[in-house]
Amino acid sequence: MTAVRQVDVLVVGAGPAGLAAAARLAAARAGRVELLEREARPGGVPRHCAHRGFGTWPRTLTGPRYARLLTAEAERAGAVIRTRTTVLDWEAGAAFAPNVVLTVGPGGPEALAARAVVLATGARERPRAARLVPGTRPAGVYTTGELQQAVHLFGQHIGTRAVVVGARDVSYAAARTVRTAGAEVVALVTEHPRARTGRARARSARLVEGIPLLTDTAVVELLGHGRLSGVRVRHRDGRTAVLPCDTVVFTGDFVPDQELARRGALDLDPGTRGPAVHAGLHTSRPGVFAAGNLLHAVEPAGTAAREGARAAAAVLGHLSGAPWPRPGIPVTVERPLCHVTPNRIDPDRGRLGHPAGPPHLLRTDTPLPRPVLYVHQDGRLLHRARLGPGTARPHRALRLDGSWHGRVDPDGPEVRVSAG
Amino acid sequence: MRGPGEAEPRPAEAGRVPPSARRTDTAGGPPAAAVTVTAEGPLPDRSYDIAIVGAGVVGCAIARRLARHPRPRIALVEAQDDVGQGTSKANTAILHTGFDAVPGTLEARLVREGSARLAAYAAESGIPVEPVGALLVAWDGEQLAALPRLARKAAANSCSDTRLLDRAELYAREPHLGPGALGALHIPGESVICPWTTTLAYATQAVRAGVDLHLNTMVERATWDGGHHLHTTRGTLRARHLVNAAGLGADILDHHLGRDDFGVRPRRGQLLVFDKFARPLVRHILLPVPTALGKGVLVAPTVYGNVLLGPTAEDLDDRRATGSTAEGIALLRERGRRVLPALIEEEVTAVYAGLRAATGQEDYRIAAHPERSCVTVGGIRSTGLTASLAIAEHVTALLTGTGLDLGPERDLEPVHMPNLGEAFPRPHQRPGLIAADPAYGTLVCHCERVSLGEIRDALAGPIPPRGADGLRRRTRARAGRCQGFYCGAAVRELLERRGRGERG
Repeated sequence: MTAVRQVDVLVVGAGPAGLAAAARLAAARAGRVELLEREARPGGVPRHCAHRGFGTWPRTLTGPRYARLLTAEAERAGAVIRTRTTVLDWEAGAAFAPNVVLTVGPGGPEALAARAVVLATGARERPRAARLVPGTRPAGVYTTGELQQAVHLFGQHIGTRAVVVGARDVSYAAARTVRTAGAEVVALVTEHPRARTGRARARSARLVEGIPLLTDTAVVELLGHGRLSGVRVRHRDGRTAVLPCDTVVFTGDFVPDQELARRGALDLDPGTRGPAVHAGLHTSRPGVFAAGNLLHAVEPAGTAAREGARAAAAVLGHLSGAPWPRPGIPVTVERPLCHVTPNRIDPDRGRLGHPAGPPHLLRTDTPLPRPVLYVHQDGRLLHRARLGPGTARPHRALRLDGSWHGRVDPDGPEVRVSAG
Repeated sequence: MRGPGEAEPRPAEAGRVPPSARRTDTAGGPPAAAVTVTAEGPLPDRSYDIAIVGAGVVGCAIARRLARHPRPRIALVEAQDDVGQGTSKANTAILHTGFDAVPGTLEARLVREGSARLAAYAAESGIPVEPVGALLVAWDGEQLAALPRLARKAAANSCSDTRLLDRAELYAREPHLGPGALGALHIPGESVICPWTTTLAYATQAVRAGVDLHLNTMVERATWDGGHHLHTTRGTLRARHLVNAAGLGADILDHHLGRDDFGVRPRRGQLLVFDKFARPLVRHILLPVPTALGKGVLVAPTVYGNVLLGPTAEDLDDRRATGSTAEGIALLRERGRRVLPALIEEEVTAVYAGLRAATGQEDYRIAAHPERSCVTVGGIRSTGLTASLAIAEHVTALLTGTGLDLGPERDLEPVHMPNLGEAFPRPHQRPGLIAADPAYGTLVCHCERVSLGEIRDALAGPIPPRGADGLRRRTRARAGRCQGFYCGAAVRELLERRGRGERG
């Protein structure tokens, strides 16, 4: 095996979270900061999001411009970005300080030791197979990620009639990409009773662009040999129909890309399926932090970038000798809430006199008209927060401040967040 | 050790009919052999001594075996656009011992002989095999009582190293097994293998040795006037002798030849492939105790590092019903949950369905028809992969019996296949290879860690893929958990660039 090369901070994944973390760390003179990216270009998912809405409102950018901006900031600050470099695994048996990862790229394999590692490997959509959609295995079956790359990065032909599965923001973005590619959107199909996007967007798609929205409807079979010839849909009331199409796009249903986290035996949170993290985005493995959509699947790029910056601040503390937090008290949610991040409370936080942590992000599965969030530990109410009416909808993140962290019993059981 | 780059060098074009399909392939050393693989345009105007219909694992094995004789001109004719596209691509990928065959049948003998032959061939050709062994798990008293009988049956099939395991030993070997198992029969000789590489290795050796492979050539009708005329979608192909290895269509082709010895009833098997994270959950092939209804649903590791759950067994009439169903998936998940509860918590990375050529008889249907100068190879069920080399030997003897003089025989140039198995070093794990060619360190498909070099080699191979599915079978590109979310468009770009004649 090759000799181990030493760096100070290794960031894995050059999407918004990784780029923001690397930029902040390099600017803070954190030593040698290397950002490893397995794709040929840095930028992550925004690279192939042609629509605007990235960056700071009202001067928002397209995804590719936003990706270039974040890349330039990281490079200007002095971070070393190495593309086409894949982190394969962690070196087995190594003591946690320092962590050693094994990489490969066109230049060959390399073992890299780092005083701190920031995982920012992002999220991906679950494809047709993972969703267990039956039928044949024809060509013309996409996820949004593949569709956007096909159209926006490679200019590939994607078919003439597409069904889009899902009615979330990403589904509408997929529909727009289908139309950009010159194809017709047959329908958006969602199992939910209504679209999970802003009202203006849903209305515009339906009325201006004329895209039908089939609610309470599931795609239950793919048809066709060689090329897709149609999808069978079933309404909640039992009616079925075949929508003739040559393309189907499975959108949304994002999951954290947690391969490296699992290989590194990091504790995962059952709600997010990403690594469990403390307020400073420390994971259960000393020296390893996690940020961005790896934590909670998909939130906007700006959220991911802010988490990258937050992880960078904690990395600086770690490099200057701050103790690693103990495993911590889990924070869990009750339905209809889906997950919460950060999802560990440092039991020593109160005793150490830390200020209140940054806010937690939550998602709800159903709209809550007059949302109140309750935080309990062992039946004891720690906190109650009333949110603005109409704010708790599935397509938006909810925020819960961390003012109650000091009231958590460090020896108590898990903390539960519920909605009323 | 040869690298994949050396094993599959880029061919130069050597124009003949049709121009794009004729390749000069210099692997295997001098002299450079001309390779004929066609997929479009009219068939070449030549008559063959032998035509093999069906380029599944059996047809390809027969072509490879006959190619040892340089004299006869041989055509391998396939309806689909790639070799191994039918039953051969959608099976359980197990290299059987034949321990549970019906003793005395042709199948029992050919599986036993084929198993040893294929194991040796795989080692020599770089086909990934993992000798994981199988456990026949008893879940009730009746099944437990049946195990000694199955051990005796195994011994009758020359598989005498089986051993009965008690409950404690079973759970020590398979700690993630669901509760309620009572014991097992251990069959150490069962292995898992890569069925795609096997079929492609046979076909590669065959075409390098001079067999003409005609893809996209569906036989619609066959006539006979002292020689065979195969009327195909690409014109008529003439041959003196015929081997019917048409799998699911073998009975239809036989009917054209004037034989109605059996009918094929497709038996659909649906299978689930689980994420590589599931691989540590299982160490052996986990088999149920067979019943009158079939061999049942198994859980098995794959050489690619996944876990397979299946197959279902559904008798159908539609020979194209290769779709999965909600009921099939639900049944498999229910069975799987009992055998390996933690498996069901992992993600499914592929769902597929294959059709086995059941004929209503518990044996192969291999017969020579000397009056028509043909041999029918029918009813090859799930054991066909294991038995393929022995079937090829058997069929060659039968062909000779129909009055065909094959002439002198020679050894074929060995073939070295790119490794798709996790138990052996993949190109990205070989520093020397990457130093010689950085393309092997440039990963394109991240989930399966497929490098640009491997994709380039597959596209330049003697039997190149004609679409994303063919490329996946040759390299595993897009076969992982993201199913193309990350790499799908980039992989397609490489395919289409090759199709446009661009390099690199």
